[in-house]
Amino acid sequence: MLIDWNNFTPWASLAGGALLGIAAAMLMFFNGRIAGISGIVGGLVKPRLHDVSWRIAFITGLIIAPLLWQIFSALPPILINTSNTLLVVSGLLVGIGTRFGAGCTSGHGVCGISRLSLRSLIATLSFMFAGFVTVYIVRHVLVA
Amino acid sequence: MNKNNFLALLSGLLFGLGLILSGMANPAKVLGFLDLAGAWDPSLALVMGGAIAVGTVVFAIAGKRDLSLLGLTIHFPTARHIDKRLVLGSLAFGIGWGLAGVCPGPALVLLGTGSVKGLVFVFAMLVGMGIFEYLEIRRLRHNK
Repeated sequence: MLIDWNNFTPWASLAGGALLGIAAAMLMFFNGRIAGISGIVGGLVKPRLHDVSWRIAFITGLIIAPLLWQIFSALPPILINTSNTLLVVSGLLVGIGTRFGAGCTSGHGVCGISRLSLRSLIATLSFMFAGFVTVYIVRHVLVA
Repeated sequence: MNKNNFLALLSGLLFGLGLILSGMANPAKVLGFLDLAGAWDPSLALVMGGAIAVGTVVFAIAGKRDLSLLGLTIHFPTARHIDKRLVLGSLAFGIGWGLAGVCPGPALVLLGTGSVKGLVFVFAMLVGMGIFEYLEIRRLRHNK
């Protein structure tokens, strides 16, 4: 296996990960909610009474994060090389898949595994496996 | 904005900053992590590690409580079943994730950077979630 040492950012990634954990702690200890982004967004697609405002508030926080960041420092590189057509296919799969699977990287991958949930572990292994295979096919089978 | 929603917004903000700092908000970096056969960037394993390290402590404490610090009900996931929906949904999500390197949280951060591609992805993701709700309504009606 070839490691990409040039792009490896162990400390920033570890610290960023810890921030995700602290943010999840806040939402749990204050609002009593799991920080699962697909679930939070999905709950707005089919809204229920008295269950809307905290979702909008949390999502607003996510969206303004890069704006706040830019007040203090330049954003780190953010590169999307995927075509718009493929982004639509990808977005559709992410939308349908996370709702059927009842969670994404945050809800299952971070919160679920932290709760020692076997269900979330199986979900996480499933989407990681599919992610690895998809990138392998796109980058090493189709292109080659 | 009441106190509850303000804290949810802060949590979302912190979550977004964590995604930016960790590198998760950069689709090219996510694809570098999913590309085991190429030059592999292991950074995102540390994001998960950092988040889960904090999360394990958080949820061990939260799991013992009934009410949050604001007196709200703690909504702890109760689902434990591992079924076809969970696995197939997660696999579909993983394929979508592997196609563009974007999952729901980073997608919303991308929106905040003003990225048109981020907007395309989020729109498709919302349509995907809408398709899920439509299929659910049809399924429930069929089962009656």
